[in-house]
Amino acid sequence: MNLAEIRDLHLGAVTDSGRKVEIIKGVSLDIAPGEIVALIGESGSGKTTIALSLMGHVRQGCHFESGSVTVDGTDMVTANETARARMRGTTVAYVPQSAAAGFNPAKKLMDQVVEVAKIHSLMPLDQARAKAVDIFRALALPDPENIGDRYPHQVSGGQLQRLAAAMALIGDPKLVIFDEPTTALDVTTQIEVLRAFKSVMKNGGMAGVYVSHDLAVVAQIADRIIVLKGGEIQEQGSATQILEAAGHPYTRSLLSAFKPDARVARAQDVDQLGGIVLAADQITAGYGPVDRHGRPHKIALHQVSCNLERGRNLGVIGESGSGKSTLARCMAGLLPPVSGTVSLGGNDLAPQVQRRSKEELRRLQIVFQLADTALNPAQSIGDSIGRPLRFYHCMKGGAYDARIAELLDMVRLPGAMRHRLPGELSGGQKQRVNLARALAANPEVILCDEITSALDTVVAAAVIDLLKELQRDLNLSYVFISHDLSTVEAICDDVMVMHHGRVVETLPAAGLHQAARDPYSKLLFASVPKLDIGWLDRLTQDPDFTAAMAAR
Amino acid sequence: MNSKVLSLIAGRIGVALVTLLIVSFLVFAATEMLPGDVAQVLLGQAATPEAVAGLREAMHLDQPAIMRFLGWLGGMAHGDLGHSYTNRMAVSELIGTRLGNTMKLAAITAAVAVPVALSLGILTAIWRGSLFDRAVSTLVVGVISIPEFMVATLAVLIFAVWLGWLPALSFGGSTDSIWDILRAYAMPVITLTFVVSAQMIRMTRAAVIETMKAPYVEMALLKGASRSRMVLRHALPNAIGPIVNAMALSLSYLLGGVIIVETIFSYPGVAKLMVDAVATRDLPLIQGCAMIFCLGYLFLITIADVVAILSNPRLRH
Amino acid sequence: MAIVFPTPRRLGWRLNPVGLVAACVIAFWAVIAVIGPWITPHPPGEIVDYDFFGPLSAQFPMGTDYLGRDMLSRVFSGARYSVGISLAAVMIACTAGIVLGMSAAVIGGMTDTIISRLLDAISSIPSKLFGLVVVAAIGSSIPVLIAVLAVVYTPGSYRFARALAVNVATMDYVTVARARGEATIYLIRAEILPNILGPVLADMGLRFVFVVLLLSGLSFLGLGVQPPNADWGSLVRENMGGLSFGAPAVIMPSVAIATLTISVNLLIDNLPTRIRDRSE
Repeated sequence: MNLAEIRDLHLGAVTDSGRKVEIIKGVSLDIAPGEIVALIGESGSGKTTIALSLMGHVRQGCHFESGSVTVDGTDMVTANETARARMRGTTVAYVPQSAAAGFNPAKKLMDQVVEVAKIHSLMPLDQARAKAVDIFRALALPDPENIGDRYPHQVSGGQLQRLAAAMALIGDPKLVIFDEPTTALDVTTQIEVLRAFKSVMKNGGMAGVYVSHDLAVVAQIADRIIVLKGGEIQEQGSATQILEAAGHPYTRSLLSAFKPDARVARAQDVDQLGGIVLAADQITAGYGPVDRHGRPHKIALHQVSCNLERGRNLGVIGESGSGKSTLARCMAGLLPPVSGTVSLGGNDLAPQVQRRSKEELRRLQIVFQLADTALNPAQSIGDSIGRPLRFYHCMKGGAYDARIAELLDMVRLPGAMRHRLPGELSGGQKQRVNLARALAANPEVILCDEITSALDTVVAAAVIDLLKELQRDLNLSYVFISHDLSTVEAICDDVMVMHHGRVVETLPAAGLHQAARDPYSKLLFASVPKLDIGWLDRLTQDPDFTAAMAAR
Repeated sequence: MNSKVLSLIAGRIGVALVTLLIVSFLVFAATEMLPGDVAQVLLGQAATPEAVAGLREAMHLDQPAIMRFLGWLGGMAHGDLGHSYTNRMAVSELIGTRLGNTMKLAAITAAVAVPVALSLGILTAIWRGSLFDRAVSTLVVGVISIPEFMVATLAVLIFAVWLGWLPALSFGGSTDSIWDILRAYAMPVITLTFVVSAQMIRMTRAAVIETMKAPYVEMALLKGASRSRMVLRHALPNAIGPIVNAMALSLSYLLGGVIIVETIFSYPGVAKLMVDAVATRDLPLIQGCAMIFCLGYLFLITIADVVAILSNPRLRH
Repeated sequence: MAIVFPTPRRLGWRLNPVGLVAACVIAFWAVIAVIGPWITPHPPGEIVDYDFFGPLSAQFPMGTDYLGRDMLSRVFSGARYSVGISLAAVMIACTAGIVLGMSAAVIGGMTDTIISRLLDAISSIPSKLFGLVVVAAIGSSIPVLIAVLAVVYTPGSYRFARALAVNVATMDYVTVARARGEATIYLIRAEILPNILGPVLADMGLRFVFVVLLLSGLSFLGLGVQPPNADWGSLVRENMGGLSFGAPAVIMPSVAIATLTISVNLLIDNLPTRIRDRSE
């Protein structure tokens, strides 16, 4: 007898323009008691929608069309709202993607955690509080007795995510839904949270649905994996089966995209080495009001120096708040540093973009993370790419048109796309247009700020391949900023690790793990999930790692 | 309450004071734009040059404008708003006798409008999309889209002309019994209540709907909370700030409404005094009345901002 | 083979029936404002009936006023003032507000603070009061009215445009343009303006309603359009004597205002969501 059964589920939605679309196209799946099932897929695959249907909930604009969702004997589709409410929190519980938004900012954490017990009259309040403290302890939260007295904005993101899990576990549910619970977290925080989730789920014997886009994370926690795409199930099987013997081509493309080919040192690299093309020297920078000594309120970079050699790529890796994006902004002249200089080809650049010459600006281009916001939605693709041509090269007429066609071809986009608007393109296509716009300037250096982070794995891998190709053809050098170790390893020659606005160490990309000396970089590298089912367990048993974690 | 909140509030009050200074300058400058010689205009073409010169001196018109502005400002600080051109009475005295009436009208309106608008605003937000919501919202759009004098004329047509319950335009008739006073106030209060409530309902509804969209309200739903619990325990406590903010802002519509209402119903308040002063071009009186209104308006806006600061839980704890 | 026309529906510009009716009413008053004086059944200033405050009749579809003049003719010729002055004022207010708002958002820093503070101060004077004070000081004429209305509604338009522009200015494409070395004027014209245009135009419609209301309020107080010309507010004022016996002359000009303002509101409420969404 399965705990939950979904049979031929169809869900529809109405788009902004009033068009009806089917977002879930006949999905059937089972969840056995105590089993953890992962729903994996890219954005738009319908994984969260399916998970929420287990609670009888659909988001605004969506509706059940047909099929059944049976949880513990109750059909959540046909049940009335009162019956659904009775199930929520007690039989099925939910851990949201962003705990920061899921907690009511005006109420104490403890009151929100025990609310489920209160709503369903499960136990006296004192008992519920004591139980909550036990769960806090099981989730390895610091100061479990008192953390509940704080307000949501007074605890860290990783702690909040575990508190959200506590909120779900308080009603002893038979099924817990985790909706991308670690996606917004840094890798070192993700480890703690994952470890906590895994131990409570295993000890509690609860069934779980783990929604994620990250195969490596899912491999650590799930018994069974279901691969989704476009609202349909592509493949399902045990975690080992999926990781080691995937049958469906889509699953295989997900797996292969996970580990892009490492950059192979090329023979001509040696010829192209032409000294240092971009250098940052002792850069200190920050944000906020400036004090008497000219130092800003919040310092984001402390005396950061780095060098990029011509034809080579420098990776900058670090967690949120490490200052890696600030470094890019300083290099591009968007944020004038307090002290220190940026030099391009041996000549010092002015700190502000306004004071740099057009020629200097042309040679150094920047590409941003979110393809959606990096293109002006009101400008056609051709105009976006063409602006640098007009601005830097004063091109017009036939030469201008020919160059746009050439640039689109360079990033493997059809020439007809120049008349489209950004809204009509996919994320990967937009990121290619972004690249084409940077290439239009004929730059020597491109600053890539997390350019693959918002893309789905397969698409990101293709963009990385494109970057490598372009480098070969155009003799470019990249500064590649990312929080994702595998992409940095795939494209960079050197990797600079940053932490709290300081450079931890700079290492050759080949053999990062062996070369790392600093405890923080070791911890960071070790925390990146691997496509290996036993990885998390082995890691947490590793005394070196545990010590580094504690020292963090 | 901590020092950060206090400094934010102090900052807001400081901004209000600076604004008041700029506003008083604008009011003064506007009344200074009168083309031609004020003394000449006041005394008429037949006046002797000596008389005009005498009046100019008496009014300090021979001094530069900035000196007169500072003098006027200084006088205001002491409660001296100058003297009326038309009847030589002290402006502060003229206003003083009328201010009570206007405050009374505003207070009664607020007492009626706030509870009505608050409940309608919250209920329409909770039952968003229902027949009730659509009916109230349509009425609100209607009232917002028509001029205040139309609300007043409609009220007169309905309650006085067709139903015959209330006197049409006669204010200041007999005020012997409580009944008479009630009847006398009814029409202005009804009109003002409609005008103010419409704004208040619209803004309250928007504030509650905005909070209902928050992810933590969906989270409450997924914890099995009933609809009333979602609204009362999760949405409303977080909406109090925006709601009070909306209240204060919409009460400031009272000021615009009161000018029309006092004129139509010949209500002896400050607004009527000011409209009459405009007719006689009695500049000191206009300045005085304008400053009173601006002070009230600024007070309400500042209250709205302070409430918004206080209601932010991140600042409170 | 069917010929496919690029109708508004195909372009996603669907207007529901309510919006359509509202658009028709607006168009009607716009036409009347232009051709009004040539199609009035009677000269608006001529006394055509012995009966003042006459009832609705076939000859005088809106009754007669306090002197026995034809109300329909007077309402039609008043449209020119009500619509014309309001339109001119809202154009000036929104142009000024949008230009200042975008500049403040792109330039930031002290420029932003100074413009914001100054306009905040102007909006701290209740709108009717501002009109009252200025008109009392320099008298009422059509240019003065347009100027007063424009000044009163510039801060609101500024605040709206600035809020939108600030959101757009943080977008990566604006940062990319800054890093490219583009001048402020290019950022405003090419990067910001096209992306706030839809909501800004919708906001302009709402502001037009406020302007019509304030203008008619001022006219009602005797501070707006001066006799012998009359806009709809003045028509209500001159016929107030008929209120106590429910004369149509009091109601008809108000109805004219209401049809226009309610239609504008309804049209904007029923605009395609992709224009309106961003304005919320």
